[in-house]
Amino acid sequence: MSNDQFKLNIDGRDIDVPRHYTLMQACEAAGAEIPRFCYHERLSVAGNCRMCLVEWQGAPKPIASCAQTVGEMRPNPDGTAPVIRTQGDYVEKARSGVMEFLLINHPLDCPICDQGGECDLQDQAVAYGRSGSRYDLNKRAVEDKNMGPLVKTIMTRCIQCTRCVRFAAEVAGVEELGMISRGESAEITTYLEHSLTSELSGNVIDLCPVGALTSKPYAYNARPWELRKTTSIDVMDAMGSAIRVDAKGNAVMRILPTVNEEVNEEWLSDKSRFVWDGLARQRLDTPYVRRDGRLSPASWGEAFVAVKDALSGRPEAIGFIAGDLVEVEQAKAGLDLARRLAVQNTDCRPAGAAYGVDGPREQYLLNSSFMAVEEADALILIGCNPRQDAAVWNARIRKAWLWNDLKVHLIGDPVDLTYDYDHLGTGPEGLAALDTLSGASRPMIVVGEDVLLRPDGQAILAAAHAAALNIGAIQDGWAGFGVLHNAAGRVGALDVGFVPGPGGLDTAGMLSGKLDTLVLMGGDELDLSGLGTTKVIYIGHHGDAGAARADIILPCAAYTEMSATYVNTEGRVQMTRAAVEPKGEAREGWAIFRAMSDSLGHTLPYDTADALREGLRAERPHFAGLGFAPAEAGVEALRAPMAGTGTPDLAVPFGARRGDFYLTNPIARASKTMAECSLQHRGLETAVAAE
Amino acid sequence: MLQDKDRIFTNLYGTHAPDLEAAKQRGAWHLTREMLAQGPDWLCDQVKQSGLRGRGGAGFPTGLKWTFMPKEVGERPHYLVVNADESEPGTCKDREIMRHDPHLLIEGCMVASRAMRAHVCYVYIRGEYIAEREALEKAVREAYEDRLIGKDNVNGWDFDLYVHHGAGAYICGEETALLESLEGKKGQPRLKPPFPANAGLYGCPTTVNNVESIAVVPTILRRGAEWFAGFGRPNNCGTKLFCISGHVNAPCNVEEEMSISFRDLIETHCGGIRGGWDNLKAVIPGGSSVPLLPAEQIMDANMDFDTLRDLKSGLGTAAVIVMDKSTDLIRAIARISYFYKHESCGQCTPCREGTGWMWRVLQRMAKGEAEHAEIDMLLEVSHQVEGHTICALGDAAAWPVQGLIRHFRHEIEDRITLYRTPRALIQGAQVAAE
Amino acid sequence: MALRRFDLEAGGTDFSFAPETEDKIAFWLGKYPSEKKRSAVIPLLWLAQKDNAGWLSEPAMRAVADRLEMPYIRVYEVATFYTMFRLRPVGRHHIQLCGTTPCMLRGAHDLKEVCRDRIGEPFAITDDARLSWEEVECLGACVNAPMVQINDYYYEDLTPERFASVLDQLRNGVDVAPGTFVDRQRSAPLGGATSLLDAGLFDGSRLAQAHLPNLPEPVTDTAQPAAPARTTLIDVQPGPPPERVETASERVDDLRKIKGIGPKAVTQLQALGIYQFAQIAAWSPADVSRIEAALSGAGRVGREDWIAQARLLVQANKEA
Repeated sequence: MSNDQFKLNIDGRDIDVPRHYTLMQACEAAGAEIPRFCYHERLSVAGNCRMCLVEWQGAPKPIASCAQTVGEMRPNPDGTAPVIRTQGDYVEKARSGVMEFLLINHPLDCPICDQGGECDLQDQAVAYGRSGSRYDLNKRAVEDKNMGPLVKTIMTRCIQCTRCVRFAAEVAGVEELGMISRGESAEITTYLEHSLTSELSGNVIDLCPVGALTSKPYAYNARPWELRKTTSIDVMDAMGSAIRVDAKGNAVMRILPTVNEEVNEEWLSDKSRFVWDGLARQRLDTPYVRRDGRLSPASWGEAFVAVKDALSGRPEAIGFIAGDLVEVEQAKAGLDLARRLAVQNTDCRPAGAAYGVDGPREQYLLNSSFMAVEEADALILIGCNPRQDAAVWNARIRKAWLWNDLKVHLIGDPVDLTYDYDHLGTGPEGLAALDTLSGASRPMIVVGEDVLLRPDGQAILAAAHAAALNIGAIQDGWAGFGVLHNAAGRVGALDVGFVPGPGGLDTAGMLSGKLDTLVLMGGDELDLSGLGTTKVIYIGHHGDAGAARADIILPCAAYTEMSATYVNTEGRVQMTRAAVEPKGEAREGWAIFRAMSDSLGHTLPYDTADALREGLRAERPHFAGLGFAPAEAGVEALRAPMAGTGTPDLAVPFGARRGDFYLTNPIARASKTMAECSLQHRGLETAVAAE
Repeated sequence: MLQDKDRIFTNLYGTHAPDLEAAKQRGAWHLTREMLAQGPDWLCDQVKQSGLRGRGGAGFPTGLKWTFMPKEVGERPHYLVVNADESEPGTCKDREIMRHDPHLLIEGCMVASRAMRAHVCYVYIRGEYIAEREALEKAVREAYEDRLIGKDNVNGWDFDLYVHHGAGAYICGEETALLESLEGKKGQPRLKPPFPANAGLYGCPTTVNNVESIAVVPTILRRGAEWFAGFGRPNNCGTKLFCISGHVNAPCNVEEEMSISFRDLIETHCGGIRGGWDNLKAVIPGGSSVPLLPAEQIMDANMDFDTLRDLKSGLGTAAVIVMDKSTDLIRAIARISYFYKHESCGQCTPCREGTGWMWRVLQRMAKGEAEHAEIDMLLEVSHQVEGHTICALGDAAAWPVQGLIRHFRHEIEDRITLYRTPRALIQGAQVAAE
Repeated sequence: MALRRFDLEAGGTDFSFAPETEDKIAFWLGKYPSEKKRSAVIPLLWLAQKDNAGWLSEPAMRAVADRLEMPYIRVYEVATFYTMFRLRPVGRHHIQLCGTTPCMLRGAHDLKEVCRDRIGEPFAITDDARLSWEEVECLGACVNAPMVQINDYYYEDLTPERFASVLDQLRNGVDVAPGTFVDRQRSAPLGGATSLLDAGLFDGSRLAQAHLPNLPEPVTDTAQPAAPARTTLIDVQPGPPPERVETASERVDDLRKIKGIGPKAVTQLQALGIYQFAQIAAWSPADVSRIEAALSGAGRVGREDWIAQARLLVQANKEA
């Protein structure tokens, strides 16, 4: 037995476990099931519910297994391993006593409780509860608390486990939840019932072991057992968080996170979680064609006639732009069609971007994995706000800052990131300070995509890259340099080469009114005001900015309605799965281009999405590595110097993040919930005194 | 019985001035430098040999507790924290030390700090003791001005003492809750381990001691460990402040020898039981947390840790609450149950829910408005609380209830029967009338 | 304990510390390491309450949070946890009446009736805003029960009549000195102290002691040698035995109650001067060998565990 192992006898079985294990983990390793309410493996140990009691032979009283570190246990006087029992009368009696206490003031409203069917208290009451109550006095009633538009509270059900309080303080980094008063009057609340300001607040709903904190938008909508559950990938940011889409009939009823240790652990941002009502609103469910200045519904046949008319002009006067949410398949089909039409005006980047046209893909990826930040000892953020652009990753940065002594440096707008950082400057002048950070052994430099949209974007990227090489951010086994994207579709579209062909116009050029026809694949975030007389063919799923300007609208499927590939900012290739059918006449994006190519007489060479993907994998092998993030595999490519043009413009500071966190894409803008969040957020004063 | 010349707290009643000059005249701050010069090992050893057990209720050997502190001071400073959050119902002894003999406490803090290699000591005094805090702050000022404490003081051990106060929470008498409170949080007890000696105040090695435990130390050292150990029965050594309240003719605080018999204590200092010894009904011998004892068991018992433990009660803080035959015991214990319900911090389940449950049942029982079967249920509930909580407040809430049922179950039964009798008659009357 | 919520309406929107409080704030902040200033939250909340007519309003709580750079919710938790922070207005003289068992046994209930009669229900304020009251838990002055705390200080050994007159005086603007309301010295017994009467305690004679006892190396200029080092508590034998009055009467115990001691052994033991269990209980190893030699039974005392038996019997005697 090595020194970091500890021997225990659990329920008669001898077992060796690492010394840092809690007794609860050890019991689970021995195959025993330990009930718990307050314990959560990603939060600090509170030890307050007392449900996880086990018997330690020789101890005067039962012990809370969640709070006992195995390495601190003493062997028996005769040197044998401590004997633990997780079953038997002694343990059952202790636990059923605790269960009885939990239930005396818990309402028996399971039939109208949204947690019903997935409630820890319900499940464990079956195992440890009495058949009847011995407590015939009135139950305690607790006033419900306002926590904002997302979290509904029924506080009488609360069992004071404080998971939500610990989540807010530790993971989300906003000290807004607390337990006030004391004894049996103790209540969970925000300060004077202000709304939660965290962009991760929805996670407290998952954490709540009872029905005290439930989802406000989902309230009374469905029962868990009648929902069809589909695991998928989120597209509200470029993280590609693992989600589960719960649907009833053809409607998405809710979205929950699932565990992906490498990406989102088990958290999800509020936008990803609550955007689902936007999937049922403002939808484009049939093609439209503009006739006499007004968009009117049309059949696909009529629409394609109009499309053919619009795309039969000079190739130089036609352009294709891929927007933020476009999936790889659509981008690939759109690009293939453009090239077949000899169109070189293709771009997937926002106006102003100059990156990603040549060079290896490592030049636009984050490269280092999200997880790697837990191994880093310094993080330098350049013009980048991870709290907005990758809220769940921001929680991981906070975790590393809190527990691993990660030092964070920021060049850019000095916003509240939920952790302390060293502010090196608001603009490119801060780059000069980078060379002084040579003390770190595993530094990580992250450049926000916004930076690359500046006229001097390439120069800054090159300067940051040079600094990265200089301070050791790029070394064997450590690819600590990259770009943090926010748009889920961007990396995938770049990966298929959706950039201007030889002599082609970029996004800014295409939007300036020079074209006769523009094929707009999403792209609702672009400034379309300069298009002039350009005819717009809009392919998208929501009636947003693009559709309003369009002359022809071709409705496509949203991310919950198709199995499609997305590449996240790490370069990780992942796939969504269809949870529901596309709305009305809508079709998957690639299929629209396939049909369009047919009607244009330039038929694309694939009949199925699988065939398309197969072609893609042959062309770009990294698409074969589903779920895999390249991380340090990119080191060699990163070592090559980056060609920057010009010099950084020191006079212009990095701007604040564009737009509103809750309203970054057409699905979110269609969501009532997100609109409420946005209003709330903008109207809210911060409840934290000094930050 | 103790003679005056062997009493440590010579100004217990504030008959003389509490100030520095008068305290020195009474022997405080005498030979302090010599004590400090002996170093931690000698100090701990002497206190161990004196047999001093913690005076805050648990009775853990004080010298042994001090040796749990790390032997070397690492990056983290060591702290002594003195628990002056005296809130156990029946207890009012530390109050007298702080307002009448504060210099004994300050000197004790300095000696104890030397023994655990601490340069800083916090005294956490309960918020309600405002006069006592003012008295202690005044004495601290005097000690600083006389360079007895502070940097480069005449005693040769850099030492700062700060008085901190609470704001009304019994639970802050629990050592880890006290530390939480001192750190500016709610007073919710911490999980142990880690114990304060490893990670206490601000995460640094810390020892928490009761006021009386600390204040007796300089005198013990001046007069010799064996002097102190010579009082009381073995393992129950020394002198002790007793607080006698309730139904005696003259309630008072008094310093007496450990193991003094209850009868001697009451007869000598309290003018006897109200209405004579035949009128004694029950006694809570160590503060509200310990189970009560009926008259016949307590009358001639020795007032010390081991005797009372063997009687299934405890010496606790030596706060003796005497109840004569006029007492409604069920109501008296129900009031104690209310106290624990009021003071539960609400952190862990059995205490948060169980204290209220026990109180509500007892309150009904006091009226007789209960079922006979509920007595056993109440006992079971108390056992469900006991031993299942993070700190000892759960136990403290359970024990008085268990003591009541153990010794006075018949009273509860009679009360219930009595309550039901008239109703049965009324029912009968109704039947007859129909 | 009842729900504790801020009276938001009465609290208004503003609060500022009185100028003279600043020194006190600095005094408190000076007690803690600079990065641990949230330790001062309770003292500062208390000062804020003082500056806000005896109760803690929501703006006052925020003022403290801002001073200490603490999130509001954390200060809110503290303000609602500790019951001395009163979250709604109180009278100029706020009475905290101890109702816990030791006071209850001595008539706290009657004092409550006085409050009800003179003031009203708990937390009601008299029309002239002078008085309010609440029942609190043990205030730690149990030997002076029943008692109340009025604002900062204790009023002890009350009767309903005396208490009523205190309330009436306060109501009429007459200050009443705190302390006991019977003829006794603080917590000494009524009728005069039974201890601490020896004038020698106060004449400075204790300062004559030149050195500590038990110093590791014998101090050359003292007459008394240091006592030998001891190892266990039980074995400690008083060097200079304390002078004391023996409480137990001298008597002869029936030594045959110890298993292993027969009539013959009793006679032998008594011949050696051993009459009581307590004597056996106190035997040292040296005593044991001496006795065993006299009884010609080597190892007998240990084998039959006379000492432990004797200890139990001593205890039983005392309880009898």
